[in-house]
Amino acid sequence: MDGVTTAGVRAVARIRARADGRGGTCLPVLESDGPLALRRTRGSGTEAHVMLVGAMSGPLGGDHLTVRADVEPGARLRVGSAAATLALPGRHRDGARYDVRLTVAAGGELHWLPEQLISVSGSDLRVSTRVDLAPGARLVLREEQVLGRSGEQPGRLTSRLTVRIAGRAVLDQELACGPGAPGGWDGPAVLAGHRAVGQLVVVRPEFEEKPVGAGVPAQGAAVLPLAGPAVLVTAVASDALRLRRLLDEAPASFTPASD
Amino acid sequence: MSRGALLLLADGRFPAGGHAHSGGAEAAVGAGRVTGAASLEDFCRGRLHTTGLVSAALAASAVLGTDPAALDAAADARTPSPALRTAARKLGRQLMRAARATWPSEELDDLARRFPRGAHQPVVLGLTARAAGLGPADAAHCAAYESVSGPATATVRLLSLDPFDATAVLARLAPELDRVVEQAVEAARRVVDEGVDALPAASAPSLEISAEAHAGWSVRLFAS
Repeated sequence: MDGVTTAGVRAVARIRARADGRGGTCLPVLESDGPLALRRTRGSGTEAHVMLVGAMSGPLGGDHLTVRADVEPGARLRVGSAAATLALPGRHRDGARYDVRLTVAAGGELHWLPEQLISVSGSDLRVSTRVDLAPGARLVLREEQVLGRSGEQPGRLTSRLTVRIAGRAVLDQELACGPGAPGGWDGPAVLAGHRAVGQLVVVRPEFEEKPVGAGVPAQGAAVLPLAGPAVLVTAVASDALRLRRLLDEAPASFTPASD
Repeated sequence: MSRGALLLLADGRFPAGGHAHSGGAEAAVGAGRVTGAASLEDFCRGRLHTTGLVSAALAASAVLGTDPAALDAAADARTPSPALRTAARKLGRQLMRAARATWPSEELDDLARRFPRGAHQPVVLGLTARAAGLGPADAAHCAAYESVSGPATATVRLLSLDPFDATAVLARLAPELDRVVEQAVEAARRVVDEGVDALPAASAPSLEISAEAHAGWSVRLFAS
C-alpha cells in the first residue's frame, strides 16, 4: 500500500493458486495490502480456501482498491469474504474504485463468492470485475449489490462485470444506480423498485456440448445461457436475504436445453 | 447526409417488422409495472439509458466502419437473455431484407452472407444507415428512438392508453434521447481506436428477466 494520502488509499491484494503436484492447491502468492487482508482458511480436498477480511471499513471516497487472483492450470481456489463490503462516503470528493481482476488457466477452477456490496447513502463507488478464462477453465462467480442499509437511500454505484473465455467476451454488463445515475434506474425496466440485485456466473467446459436451457426458476430470477459455455443467473429482490436465496437455488434448476 | 433518407429509415412504416415487438412493454404491463403514462415514461427512460444507449453505440460504430462481426459478438455479450438475442437477430434479418431492397450495398450483402440467421438489429441498422449515406449520429438517433417508440406504441395497444399521452411521453424524453445519442457517438469514436470493449454495456436486469418469462407465455400480442 502506498499509504493513506490525501488522494485516499491505494491498495492491491494478490492471490496466486498453483497445483501442488500432489492433487492439492498451494498459494505461492497471498499478499494482503492496506484494508484488504487475505487469510488462508482450511481448504476441502483439492481446493484452497481464502477469506478476504476487511481490516478497515471502506472503500471510502478517493480510495482505489484492487484484488487480483490468478489460478494456474489444474489449481482450485475458493475465495469468500468475512463480511459484507460497505461503500462509504469519504472526505474526498472523488468517488472510490474497486477493481477485481481474475484469471483462470485451463483445467483451473475458481469459486469467487464474496459477501454483498452495500451502497451506503452518500457513497460513490465504481466497481469493475474482469474475469479472463482460458478454454477449459471453470468458474462460479457471485456478485450482489444492495442499495443502502435498511431503510436508507442508496449511494451512487456503477458496477461492470466482464467475463471472457479464450479472449472473447461472453458477458459484458454494467449496472448504474443511485442518485446521479442515468434516469430510470429505479423504474420498471431496470430495478423496478428492488433494493437488491445480483449475478451468478457459471462457466463449465461441458456446457459447450450440453448447453443449459433458459428459464425462470422463481419470481425475480432468470437463468440465461450466454453465447459460450457459460450461464448467467440474474436476479432482483427486495432484500439481500431473498436475493441470496434466488442466486444460490438457481443452479439446481439448470436443465439441458431442449433444442 | 440526406435528411430524406433519415426520415425514411426512422419511419415506423419502414417495413422492418418492428411493430411485432414491444421492447419488453408487454411483459411489464403483464406484471403490473407499467399501468399508465407515468410508469410508461419511467420504463422508457430506463430502457433509453440501457438498451437504447448500447444499441445506439452499436449502430454508430457500424456506420464508422467497425467490423460488424465484432460488433455482433459485443451485442451478444451485452444481451444475456437468449430470448432477447433471438428477437434482436430476427429483427436484424427483417431489417436486412428491407435495407437490401432499399439501399443495395455490398456491405449489406456481405453481412447477410455471414449471418444467414440474422445479425443483431442495431448492427444491421448501422450498416443500413451507412449504405444510405447517413452518419453515425443519424444511426444512433434511429436506434435510440426505436428503443422508446416501440414500447410507447405497444403500450397504447396493450393498455388502450391515449395515443396523445404516449406521444407526449416520447416528446418529454427527446432532450435525454439527444444526450444518449451524443454519448453513443462518443463511444463509437473510441471504438475505432480501442476496439469494441469501449462500447457501453448498460444493462437492465428487469428487462432481461421479464423477457424470459414473456417468452414462455402461451398467448401474447408481441414477439418480445
